[in-house]
Parts: sequence; structure tokens; C-alpha cells
Amino acid sequence: MEEKIGFYLNGKKTEILTDPSQTLLSVLRNQLGLTGTKFGCGTGFCGACTVLIDNEPVRSCTVPVSDASGKRVITIEGLSKNGKLHPLQQAFVDHDAFQCGYCTPGMIMTALGLLLKNPSPTREQIIEGLDENLCRCGAHVRIIDAVLEAGTKMRGGK
Amino acid sequence: MKNTNIDNSKNTGSAGIKRRSFVKLFGGGILFIFNPFAGLDLFSSPAEQGRTLTKDYNAFLRIASDGTVTCYTGKIEMGQGIITSLPQMMADELDVPLNKIKMVMGDTDLCPYDAGTWGSLSTQVFGPAMRAAAAEAKAVLTEMASTRLKVPADRLQVKDGVVSDIKNPSVRVSYGQLAQGRKLEKYLDVKPQVEDYTKFVYTTKPLKRHDAVEKVTGKAKYAGDLRLPGMVFARILRPPSHGAKLESVDVSGAEQVKGTQVVRDGDFIAVLNENQERASEAIVKIKAEYSFNELKVNDKTLFDRMVGADSRSSVVRTSGDLEAGFRESDRIFESEFRDPYVAHAPIETHTALASYDGDKVTVWAATQTPFGLQDGIVRELGLPLEKVRVITPYVGGGFGGKNAFQQGIEAAKLAILSRKPVMVVWTREEEFFYDNFHPAGVIRVRSGIDKNGLIKLWDYNIYYSGTRGSETIYDVPHVRATSYSQNMNAVQIHPFSTGPWRAPNNNTNTFARESQIDIMASAAGIDPLEFRLRNLKDEKMIECLKAVADKFGYTPSKTPGGRGIGIACGHDANTWVAAIAEVRVDKSTGRVQVLRVACSQDMGLCVNPQGALLQMEGCITMGLGYALTEEIQFEGGVIKNKNFDTYEIPRFSWVPKIECVILDRKDKPPTGGGEPAIILIGALLANAIHDATGARMYQMPFTRKRVLEALKKV
Repeated sequence: MEEKIGFYLNGKKTEILTDPSQTLLSVLRNQLGLTGTKFGCGTGFCGACTVLIDNEPVRSCTVPVSDASGKRVITIEGLSKNGKLHPLQQAFVDHDAFQCGYCTPGMIMTALGLLLKNPSPTREQIIEGLDENLCRCGAHVRIIDAVLEAGTKMRGGK
Repeated sequence: MKNTNIDNSKNTGSAGIKRRSFVKLFGGGILFIFNPFAGLDLFSSPAEQGRTLTKDYNAFLRIASDGTVTCYTGKIEMGQGIITSLPQMMADELDVPLNKIKMVMGDTDLCPYDAGTWGSLSTQVFGPAMRAAAAEAKAVLTEMASTRLKVPADRLQVKDGVVSDIKNPSVRVSYGQLAQGRKLEKYLDVKPQVEDYTKFVYTTKPLKRHDAVEKVTGKAKYAGDLRLPGMVFARILRPPSHGAKLESVDVSGAEQVKGTQVVRDGDFIAVLNENQERASEAIVKIKAEYSFNELKVNDKTLFDRMVGADSRSSVVRTSGDLEAGFRESDRIFESEFRDPYVAHAPIETHTALASYDGDKVTVWAATQTPFGLQDGIVRELGLPLEKVRVITPYVGGGFGGKNAFQQGIEAAKLAILSRKPVMVVWTREEEFFYDNFHPAGVIRVRSGIDKNGLIKLWDYNIYYSGTRGSETIYDVPHVRATSYSQNMNAVQIHPFSTGPWRAPNNNTNTFARESQIDIMASAAGIDPLEFRLRNLKDEKMIECLKAVADKFGYTPSKTPGGRGIGIACGHDANTWVAAIAEVRVDKSTGRVQVLRVACSQDMGLCVNPQGALLQMEGCITMGLGYALTEEIQFEGGVIKNKNFDTYEIPRFSWVPKIECVILDRKDKPPTGGGEPAIILIGALLANAIHDATGARMYQMPFTRKRVLEALKKV
């Protein structure tokens, strides 16, 4: 049965008619046209589908869209403002923190969730925070460096 | 190596387009057409790996009237970075700004035939040819400018795409102006040459990726991100095991799921639905019964079965006399090394979108072989070649796994049957089930050393895993390498399809060779670096080892010395590579933590040092997986690994400190960079584990359980 579900998507009030048991991933990609969030495993193991709900990283492939009802959803498309990259995005570019780029949106969203909770994480805390996100190309060391740098920038450091 | 999906002997179709008028396809401008493989004799031939390359003019550079230079290549971008390194080379040779160069990749209608993106060939073979063509194109353009400006060519200079008179720079014409109003085809005969690279502006400079902004903003389009009006999602009925045969099927349950269309062609049954999740809901409602005729083998019995099989044997290389080697040896060592099936497991599963207009089918696919897929569709669906177009968007990782293109054929077939645009996205379970795994294998080595620690005997036997990387590399007088492979009349050994996996076979062979070297060094009481240097004559290998020892700050020691330090070296894709690692082994749990890896590489001219570093780091990180955890578990035709919980790939917490050195070899042609470093990781960690604990690992991966078992034998 379809229902009306409303949430704030990347800061914009959004209302859709959808089957509430559908996954948030499916709704984002297929109904709302936001394909930056990726499908990787369908069971929450890889993290390619990570988005923020009320600043909390969630695996959108396992979450029914009804869980987002009334909440603030942020996807990779919502990070850059007026063509300016978010400090995390810029740091990923500057550090070449990816190869094929497929896991990148999920990495960035997980890292953002981490930095929102803990603005000055140590290297070990970043490793722990990202450990459930998989990257097959092996860009890990660069991703860690990028998140460290983005954290510094977001705190207003140089 | 059995390779069910690639048969290049039949791949003449697309290559046969020959000298049609290319300008018609591309509109105006100047089109330079050349054969990138004409100078192949400069390099090792990919043909020895069973790959054929087309012999005709087939690569294009186009200069448009706005000065844009477009390179059309059948190669694809899957993270390896050629979208950046190829334009680098071209910008230098043509003397145009880098931002004027556009790449069109992997589109079978627009791009020249290419057998596939694999084997670390893009930069080492395609690159130099493209560079040579660009240099010739520059000469042609200068000639044209000379006529136009009425200035002798030798008085002209080129800078940033503008040709001008050295004596009077205001007399000038740009490439774009030369192309204006023209429709010109120029055929170039190129022979790549080794040149002085120091004059280049872009080549050898570390450059950031061109695809970066798209990839960090979610704008980069992968096959699964494309949408067409009226598009439906497909799920396909899959057998529970390889070798199972469909006996009966009832699709009525699926048909009751709202909006579902069931499509059937023999045993090929799929459900289509505009809603992706309803398609998934419908597919599980199909009731199917199967009969089973599986091989009675599993991941544990496989290895004995390989060694005991009635195999076809062939001597890969031989020198000296094994009997003499035996006599000259003071000590003989016999070992058996085992390597299981390993999955490619890219995070993007096999995905394709197909659209059929009643005449021509277009497929957007995650593939390393757009032309292979085109030929596959021609072969399987009976369409004429010109009625099949394959377009390759960004590919979310390949590693050899996306040389296989079954999903593209499935999408095309369903689009034709349903007359709707069809999206096929394999689930993770399908990805594991249909992967063309890295082949499992057994290596048996019998080797001997004399009293001085010199290797005198090397009797090397490969069972079912392939020969790439099986060179002895050490200076041994008496050598024989024998490969045992499938005997046509005997029972099938590999229960499912296998194929190239990043540095095919070399991971297995380097694991065996470098472990055996360490076993001998340890028994002789000689430091493993010293033992290698004593037995090497290969200057490149020696220099790589010295460079990495320097980087690591290596100090000699007999092993096991309790330090947890291991060494390995080898070569792949014409690149020489050596590494030293430090590990910590938890003797109570068997857990291996890699602390540091230093790695050195001689890859000839390094076109993009930044990109090459990324590839080295990627190889080292990805290699941790096959060395420590990755292993396909199976029972007959049933693949037990269905997702990342039972098939563990490297995580952040595993990653060591990585330090890389790329040797300065600007005077040598560039060689492969996408694969070499990964070959070392198995032996590197096995040798480090041995140094730490005295336990010798003979079977990959070195799971906690296997490490604990090996510790019991110390």
C-alpha cells in the first residue's frame, strides 16, 4: 500500500507517495533520482549506500523509507553548496582518496557522520569509524588522511 | 587457465571495420588514424597470454575547430587512472593544454576496437603508440601550418596548440583554425620510440585524477545510475548450484506481484518490474525444481584431487639437468603450496542497462571488455555487429572480473524480448556465484642449495593455476618448470569458471617461489635478503631489493628471528617489484596484523607518479585480502560465500603503514603498474609470519585457524 511520506532531503522539504516498506536506497535512487548513493551488497555489510538520517549514518539498503519520515536525510548530493565542495569532498579530491569511486559517496557520508559526532577524531578513531565501509581498490590510507585533513578544516584550522 | 568468457580467436568482428570513412562518423575536423599495436615488438607480446590484438589502423585522435583534441579509445576507466595518464602523454606530444584533451572511452560505435582493459597494458603498450601518433600528428599539423602561413616548417614552433613563426610570433595559426571547415583523414604509421622524457611538461608529473569532482559529488554515472523512460528492473531465476538443471518451474506466484512481467526463453526466466524491489519480491515467488549433476569436490578435497588427477603436462621452461642439480645440491627442500579460488568482489556488481528500438540494441555496461560484450551479443543473440552498440560508463572496479560480461547479454536479451529498456543489477550473491574466480592451484617445488647457499636445483610444478609469474628469477643452473592442466578426456577439475584476477596466476606463483626461497635461506642460516642477492644476477631485481631495504631501514638477521619481518620480490607486466613487511602475530588467536609494508618498483618511465603510487598502495592493500582471508568455500557446484560476511575483504583496521619507492627510470619505456605489487603479498606475509613465530604457511589465505595450526607444528 502506498502512503504519503515526508522528510527533509538535503535541506529541502520532500513529500512522496510510496510503499513505506521500500528501502530508503531504492526510493532515493529510483523515485527521487539521487543515484549518488550506491548499491553494493544489499545487506548493510559494505556501506556504499550510507546516508545520514538526523546526522546519524545509516545503511539505506536496509532501512525502510518510513524510518526517514519527518527526519532530515542528507545524501552525497547535498554536500556541496553553490558549486563549492564540502571540506570532506575537497579533501578526498586533494588526497586522491579513491580509485574507481564507487564506494566514495558512502565513505564520505560515513566520515561526515563521524566528524559531526567527533570533530577532532584521532587516526585510530577514524579507522574504527570507517571499518565497516569496504573499498576494494585499496584507497584506505588516503581516505584516512583525507578525513583527518577535512576534520581540521571543518574545525576552522588551516 | 580456463576462461569461459573470453575467446579472442573469434573476436574478429569488431576489428573488421577497417577503413570505413571515419570522418562520416565524427563530423568535421582533422582525424588522425593509427595502429597502436604496430610497434608491439618493442614490448613483450600479450599474445603469449592468448590475447590477440588487431593489426589495422584503428585508433583516433580528432582535432576539432575549437581546438579540442579528442582521443577515442576502446579502453575503459575502472579506477586505474588512465583517464588521467593517457591525456598527459598526449598533451606533451601535441603541445596542447591538458584541459583541451577529452577522452571518449569504451563506446563501440565511436571508439576503435580494443580487446579489453587488462594486463596493465594501457600505459605500457597503448600509451607509447598514442604518444608517437600524437608526435606525428603534430608534424602533420605543422606542415599544414607551414602551407597556410607560407613559413618553412623548420621555422615554426608550437605552444599550447598554436603554431607560430619563431622569427615573427604574430604570424600564427591555432590547431583549431587549421581544423576549421576541414574534413580530413590522415593515416599515420607510428613506431613508438624511447625518448628523452625530461623535456615533457605533463608526463612524469604527479597529477590528480580528472574524474575526481564527479566522483566525490555523486555525479559520476556508473551503469546502474542510468535511467531511461519506461525502464524496468530485471531479476533472473538462478540455479542453486553450478551444474544444476532446471526440471520444472511454476511462475504463477511471481505473476501475482503487482506490475510484474515474466519473460521466458527456454531455461532463461526473468521477472521485470518498474519497481526494483517488486522485481526482487517476484523472483523469490517462482517455484523451481532442479536436478543435480555436480562434481563431488569441495574446497578441502580440491587440492589432492588436482595433484592426483590425470592431467595434461607441459614443460614450461627447462635448463641444465635436474639430476646434476640434485648431485650439486647439499640440501634438498620439497614443499607443496596451495591457493584457493578467490573472488574479484568489486563493490559495483555486474550491471547493465539495455535498450532495443526494434532494430538496434544499445547496452550500457559495467565491463572491462566493451567489444567483447558486443561480440558476445552478436554470437548469443544473432544480431549483426552494426546493430549492437556497447557504451561503457564509469566502472566501479574490475580487477579482471569484469572481463566477463554475462549481465550485458542478459540485459540485451531481456530488452529484445520485452521491447522495454531493461536494467540488470546483479545482487551480491549473484556476483559471488557467477564470478570467474582466480583459479585455485597447487605448486610443488623441489629445490636444492650447495654449501655456499647457492641454488643449484629448481624443479617447479604447477597444478591448475597457470604459469604467469612462474619464472625462477634467480640464477639457477638446473631448472625445470612443468604445468599440469585440464586433460580434455579427464574429469573436470575446476567446478566453475575461472579467469584473470589482478596479476593472473602470478600471486600463486610468487607465493610459492618466494616462500621456498625463504625456507632455504632460513635452513642455511643466511639472512633472506643476503640469500636472494647471492642468488640473483638480474640487475633490476637486485636494485629493487636494495631500494626497498633502504626504504625500510632493513638490518640483516637469520630467520626466524622473532622480528616478524618478511621479504619478497618478483616481476609482472614487465615491472620489477620488491617489498619488505613487518607483522605482529597474536599466538593465542592466530591473528596477523601487518604493521608496515615498504615496496619498490622499477616500472620504466613512470608517466603519472601519483597514479602509479595509488596503484601500488591499492595492490598492497588488496593483496592483504587474498593473503589473509579471501577464499571461496564450496561444496560441489554450491558457492557458500554469498556476501561480505562470509567473504572478508580488507578493512581500514588491517591496513599497514605503506611506503613506496618508484625507481627513476626515465630512459626506459613505461611498463605495467596496475598489478605488479599485488603479486608479493602472499609470500611477503608468509615469510614475515615465519620470522615472527617459526611457523611456515603453505596454504593461502593465512586465516587465524591456519596460523594456529601452523603454530602447533613449530
